[in-house]
Amino acid sequence: MTTTAGPAVKAPTKPISKQRVGDRVFSGSTLAAGSLILAVLAAVAAFLLIQGMPGIVADPETTSILRGQSFWEYVWPLVFGTLWAATIALVMAIPLAIGIALFISHYAPRALATVLGYIIDLLAAVPSVVFGLWGANVLAPASRTAYAWLEQHLGWIPLFAGPASGTGRSILTAGIVLAVMVLPIITAICREVFLQTPVLHEEAALALGATRWEMIRMSVLPFARAGIVSGAMLGLGRALGETMAVAMVLSASGVVTFNLISSNNPSTIAANIALSFPEAYGINVNVLIATGLILFAITLVVNSLARYIVNRRKEFSGAN
Amino acid sequence: MNLKRIGSVAAVALAGALVLSSCAAETPGTTDPVDSGTPGLSGTLVGVGASAQGSAQEAWIAGFQTANEDVNINYSPDGSGAGRDAFRGGGAQFAGTDRAFNDAEIAEDAFGTCVPGTDIIELPAYISPIAIAFNLDGITSLNMSADTIASIFTGAITNWNDPAIAADNAGVTLPDLAIEPIYRADDSGTSENFTDYLASAAPSVWTYEPDGEWPIQVGTAAPQTSGVADALNGNVGTFGYLDASRAGSLGTVAVKVGNDFVPFSPEAAAAIVDASPFAEGRTEFDFAVDIDRDTAESGVYPVVLISYIVACVEYQNKSVVDLVKGYLSYVISEEGQTAAAANAGSAPISADFRAKAEAAIAAIK
Amino acid sequence: MTAVAEVNVYSAGQLSRRSSWFILLGGLVVSFVAFLLLMLAESTSGEPAEFNIVGAVLVGVLLYGVVLYVTSRLVEGRRPAMNRLVTTLVTLAFVIALLPLISLVFTVVVNGSARFDWAFLTETMRNVLGQGGGAAHALVGTLIVTLAATLISVPIGLLTSIYLVEYGRGRLAQAITFFVDVMTGIPSIVAGLFAFSLFAMLFGPGTRMGFAGAIALSVLMIPVVVRSSEEMLRLVPNELREAAYALGVPKWLAILKVVLPTSIAGIMTGITLAIARVIGETAPLLVAAGFTHNMNWNAFSDFMQTLPVFVYNSYVAQGTDAQAYLDRAWAGALTLILIVMLLNVIARLIARYFAPKNGR
Repeated sequence: MTTTAGPAVKAPTKPISKQRVGDRVFSGSTLAAGSLILAVLAAVAAFLLIQGMPGIVADPETTSILRGQSFWEYVWPLVFGTLWAATIALVMAIPLAIGIALFISHYAPRALATVLGYIIDLLAAVPSVVFGLWGANVLAPASRTAYAWLEQHLGWIPLFAGPASGTGRSILTAGIVLAVMVLPIITAICREVFLQTPVLHEEAALALGATRWEMIRMSVLPFARAGIVSGAMLGLGRALGETMAVAMVLSASGVVTFNLISSNNPSTIAANIALSFPEAYGINVNVLIATGLILFAITLVVNSLARYIVNRRKEFSGAN
Repeated sequence: MNLKRIGSVAAVALAGALVLSSCAAETPGTTDPVDSGTPGLSGTLVGVGASAQGSAQEAWIAGFQTANEDVNINYSPDGSGAGRDAFRGGGAQFAGTDRAFNDAEIAEDAFGTCVPGTDIIELPAYISPIAIAFNLDGITSLNMSADTIASIFTGAITNWNDPAIAADNAGVTLPDLAIEPIYRADDSGTSENFTDYLASAAPSVWTYEPDGEWPIQVGTAAPQTSGVADALNGNVGTFGYLDASRAGSLGTVAVKVGNDFVPFSPEAAAAIVDASPFAEGRTEFDFAVDIDRDTAESGVYPVVLISYIVACVEYQNKSVVDLVKGYLSYVISEEGQTAAAANAGSAPISADFRAKAEAAIAAIK
Repeated sequence: MTAVAEVNVYSAGQLSRRSSWFILLGGLVVSFVAFLLLMLAESTSGEPAEFNIVGAVLVGVLLYGVVLYVTSRLVEGRRPAMNRLVTTLVTLAFVIALLPLISLVFTVVVNGSARFDWAFLTETMRNVLGQGGGAAHALVGTLIVTLAATLISVPIGLLTSIYLVEYGRGRLAQAITFFVDVMTGIPSIVAGLFAFSLFAMLFGPGTRMGFAGAIALSVLMIPVVVRSSEEMLRLVPNELREAAYALGVPKWLAILKVVLPTSIAGIMTGITLAIARVIGETAPLLVAAGFTHNMNWNAFSDFMQTLPVFVYNSYVAQGTDAQAYLDRAWAGALTLILIVMLLNVIARLIARYFAPKNGR
């Protein structure tokens, strides 16, 4: 009532318009929680800024990790690698995740679907170290022949220009590992959202003679669009920030290239921090934290872009 | 518990909790200083540092804790740089590091763990040969000079049947196969020691400075010793360097020293350390070694990694002194070095150096 | 789709249920024969070629998709053909995605079962060299740290999502939504360093404890909780809320008794997902919680071992008896997966208990 009538109409029954203690406490605590998150984030940002600033302005000559380059020359291949690896991963993962989620929610028999959903959820739990081990010791050797074939037959495409890696530890392998890692996250969110599609919408579409695909296209997907974007954003977050798996799989050497299959690849920011941090000391630590700050900024920009492009979530929201 | 085996999980957990919490109750921090000389040590000692000596620390900790039930030693293998920073910041009572503190760092005199103005102790307690390994079917050993090794890593030699390799290996059939060099992706003491070897033994081919981070991009990068070992084991035609204890079934290179080819062994690795002088301009108990990589002495293996344990001569926190003394004494003892050799494949230190180290440890206060 | 289809739906024939299976079989057979011929052609012209089974299956399935689409297009018309094509694609996506996942689980189970025994779950690594020992200390550490992180993150995250969906208006809500997204991009190691610096500032240099690890994990976990539960709360139909208000239920009670139970299944999935996301984190825990071979039940003092760190270190620092270390690493990974499996079951039970009885 309160929501639809609005404050302008004074209903004769007073209790409804009165602010209850319970309401005040509850809404207050939700507000506090939201503000706390902002505070935490501000603290993390402050930490990154304070610790990272000396790294950004560090003297290239005396900072051993920079090897005479400026900070920006040092960080540019890493930025490129981070975005490139995440792009490869998401390009593979998002369509697959939507497919899997649809299969579970609308194609597979109900009993099977429950089991499948459960299995996919579990995969979110595999520690990134294990993904790394699997990528480096199972996937990379297996993909070596495929890369050689790609170089031989599709070498005229710059993406597969080669020379193909002798160990399979290329950025495409890392991208596949990342895709497998983010799949469960995107799938789980998509599946939940697909399942929440009002049955009435679906049945109405079917009653009008729509095929299953048309029903999905007209009632499920529009309803779920915001959820798909959310899932993709969560996946992107993980792909951008993933540390161990990339560090263990990727043969990184600080070059900027779109070549997918060679053993000279750009590293990613997070993997570079993980690889360099143990031996870093003094100002080098600040340089590495500064690269973390850059990653933070990248996430900010990417998120703003995504939000700008898909700014229609309210349209499909069940809530006000 | 035998009576109701089924569903006894809770009982076991509870019993475990009681036993373990009673253990834990005896070891909360380092509150009670023990009089020196009494054997009943207790408390917790924290070390941070190099992962290279992680397996050796594991052996030392196990041995020392077995002898002293009430002691907890925690060694966090975060890395050398992290260890040095933790030691300087006062976050660790001892550090493990793959390189000694340099003169500038010592001159700064900013060791948070130690009393300001006092010296530090640096013990080369972990000496390990670095193996130069390869994966070729049916070949277990090859002879190479430093120049050949450096040429492969720089990409000047790209095939296994290159004349430069064949010249030193009469009688070995080398395959017509591309060489895939494998190098460490992470910043590491192993890379620093190995590039130091290349720079001093093959200065005409290897024109780069010694560096913990591999300076060039030829071949495949793999993280950590385990990553290099996996990359070598998983791919025929690969060539790389790694801690000798992990060479396993891979083929290894006998390195040319003088006119001989010396395969790696702990004894040959220990020999190079004995043949090398201590670094100059150091304080009394700072045993930083200046390895003579370009030696021509017979029977020494010049590609070694030395990892140091760093401690204070005078601790700010007096309650840890006895623990540090006890632990370090065990580390350099014959028993400790043998345990490390068994678990980590390291080279035991010489008796001569042990005497010096004992004097240093006795001076800790 | 509003355009009337050219083909009369009533009179047009439909493909029988079996025909798609026949087409699949036919496609595979044709492709296998083609690849066999290719192999023979290659082996006569030089070195013996291998039969490319992956390629054969791939081409066979591709053939199936095309033939099915064309047949259906001819027999059934455009719309059903499209429908069949999408069905094929969706199923294919599922199968493709399942392959690496199965390979991964298979690897973990096969390698992990070697050391996954009672001793592994009840013994610590104190004074153990080479074979034997276990991960009880790491198991306890992981449970304590993750529980603490969950207790911090779930209330904060859930309340925030309620704020965003039910109360939040204007700038503040927008800012929170936006920055929560940004927060998902914090690299895990940065979260660890943040917690490490925070505790160094509060309790002196080098302070590492289980609780510091929990803080680091919370930073990673909160955004996942917020993001997923926000999505689920938004899906609760407004009719339910309005019906509750119409009955005179206060807003906070309507949220607690109507909105939350309706979306509890999704929220639980989200929370499990969030726990799963952080329970396997290695880097932040190594930095913030430390590394030890000893049992530690106290999250507020001394280093605490956790399973991912245990797994990582067993892999990285293999002693001379490398297999023993590897076996423990895989067993640790298997344990982690089993823990999450258990959590998943619990979450589902909770969801079933609270969910409205005839909801979906």
